[in-house]
Amino acid sequence: MLDDFFVRALIAGIGIAVMAGPLGCFVIWRRMAYFGDTMAHSALLGVALSLLLDLNLMVAVFIVAAAVSLLLLFLQRRGALSTDALLGILSHSALSIGLVIVAFMTWVRIDLVGFLFGDILAVSESDIDIIWGGGILVIFAIVYLWRPLLASTVNPELAEAEGMKPERARLFFMLLMALVIAIAMKIVGILLITSLLIIPAATARRFSTSPEIMAVLASVIGALAVTGGLFGSLHWDTPSGPSIVVAALALFVLSLLPIGRRRLETASHSTPGGHH
Amino acid sequence: MLNFRSPETTPLVRLNNAGVRRNGRWLVRGVEFSISPGEIVTLIGPNGSGKSTTAKTAIGVLKADEGYVERKSGLKVGYVPQKLAVDWTLPLTVERLMTLTGPLKGREIEEALSSTGVLHLAKAEVQHLSGGEFQRALLARAIARKPDLLVLDEPVQGVDFSGEIALYELIKQIRNRTGCGILLISHDLHIVMAETDTVVCLNGHVCCTGTPQAVSQSPEYQKLFGRRAASTLAVYSHNHDHTHLPDGRVLHADGSITEHCYPGDGHHHDEDDNVHDHGDDCGCGHHSRLHGFELKEKRDA
Repeated sequence: MLDDFFVRALIAGIGIAVMAGPLGCFVIWRRMAYFGDTMAHSALLGVALSLLLDLNLMVAVFIVAAAVSLLLLFLQRRGALSTDALLGILSHSALSIGLVIVAFMTWVRIDLVGFLFGDILAVSESDIDIIWGGGILVIFAIVYLWRPLLASTVNPELAEAEGMKPERARLFFMLLMALVIAIAMKIVGILLITSLLIIPAATARRFSTSPEIMAVLASVIGALAVTGGLFGSLHWDTPSGPSIVVAALALFVLSLLPIGRRRLETASHSTPGGHH
Repeated sequence: MLNFRSPETTPLVRLNNAGVRRNGRWLVRGVEFSISPGEIVTLIGPNGSGKSTTAKTAIGVLKADEGYVERKSGLKVGYVPQKLAVDWTLPLTVERLMTLTGPLKGREIEEALSSTGVLHLAKAEVQHLSGGEFQRALLARAIARKPDLLVLDEPVQGVDFSGEIALYELIKQIRNRTGCGILLISHDLHIVMAETDTVVCLNGHVCCTGTPQAVSQSPEYQKLFGRRAASTLAVYSHNHDHTHLPDGRVLHADGSITEHCYPGDGHHHDEDDNVHDHGDDCGCGHHSRLHGFELKEKRDA
């Protein structure tokens, strides 16, 4: 079964969606969508460096994405420019440096479109091991860090006052993001990783009554989007990344329909105080 | 009334000449006070006088840039911040909010919620609450963890007057029942909770410290607030005769501007106005000794 490239892509994609769910929730709760984009864009610099220095692709992308997020933390502390300006600079600079380095390396032929938009043909069996190994690591880390992460999302000062370490939680969160980006890059593509984080989480919001439910639901919705998108990609011969994003968008639009909304309203009206 | 303060108890927190500096400017300086178990300390002062900064320094959220802060080891803090906005994308019910920083038993959650009168809102999402309801939920969350020190940054904001009286009574009960220390930041410059043991008035530095006078002793206030309120509220009468400008200079009541605010420079009001005790760094002009706040320090800031 696993010989089949499509089944490999499916297993890999679902693994990615499962770990992207809870992380994506934090991305939208903490309003870090653009931050996630910046880290993802820097992945192309990681790709270029891995080719140049003959490093493992995922390791190089992880290191570069983590380095960019640390650089951003450092620049934010210095406070010379606003965060969104810094993100804009880092995001597109990292992407462009990556593209320029790749262009200079005339001796290697790389499928740039595959890196930018994902390629379901690119998933090998060893990739699946890494994806599920990494995925289990990410899930364990999130479960372990859940309380400090959630508390510092609600209010970092409150978390710190009551004995948690919001800065440390934030650092671990960024490392997890870097890990997910490194793992997800092949299937979803550098330019679209953030949407796999955000869209399923945003879809899950309307049906969730607690942060935990939203995290699980985001994983489930992400897995549905990956499945739908990959089937579409196979059927119409479209790049896998955009196909998955379109499928995720379709689910999001479905969640906006009155049926879903009415269910949510009934749920909140049945609680005392849900109507104000 | 039980008196929880006794000389042999070590304070939960003690600030020693603490100051916090940001972007080359002292937010607050020379702060000295301590909170013992069972003691209620109220911080008052105009906007930007460093009340929240002082409270955050006391509990270690901000580090003191000068002086130091001693905290009892293993101090358990319950904190209600001044501003807390929960993003609408985060589905958070009042019940879930309660266990944000630590696990609680269902019974403890119910007790805390019913003591602040919001048990009926347990299943409601926090974004749907009114300002007063949310404030009560936050207070319930802070007390449910049975802290040694409760820090309440303007806990009665958004609460109507009778709700304010009820919350002050609740805070008093919590203190009497658990014996925890309470650091309260008041939104009002003159009216504080009657049970306050110590009022610390800030204006970039400790302006003065003292004990409040019960409103019930003053017939005018009694008439104004009603009898129930009069037993809960107290007045802390004092006059501010100067304002600290952003550049560190001082604007005096007579309109003149000087480089510093130490007393005896002819800009301060009469000794007769004085109804409070003085801190060492008092800038009120009532005391004869000159302290701190010299020209050089202000220029540094």
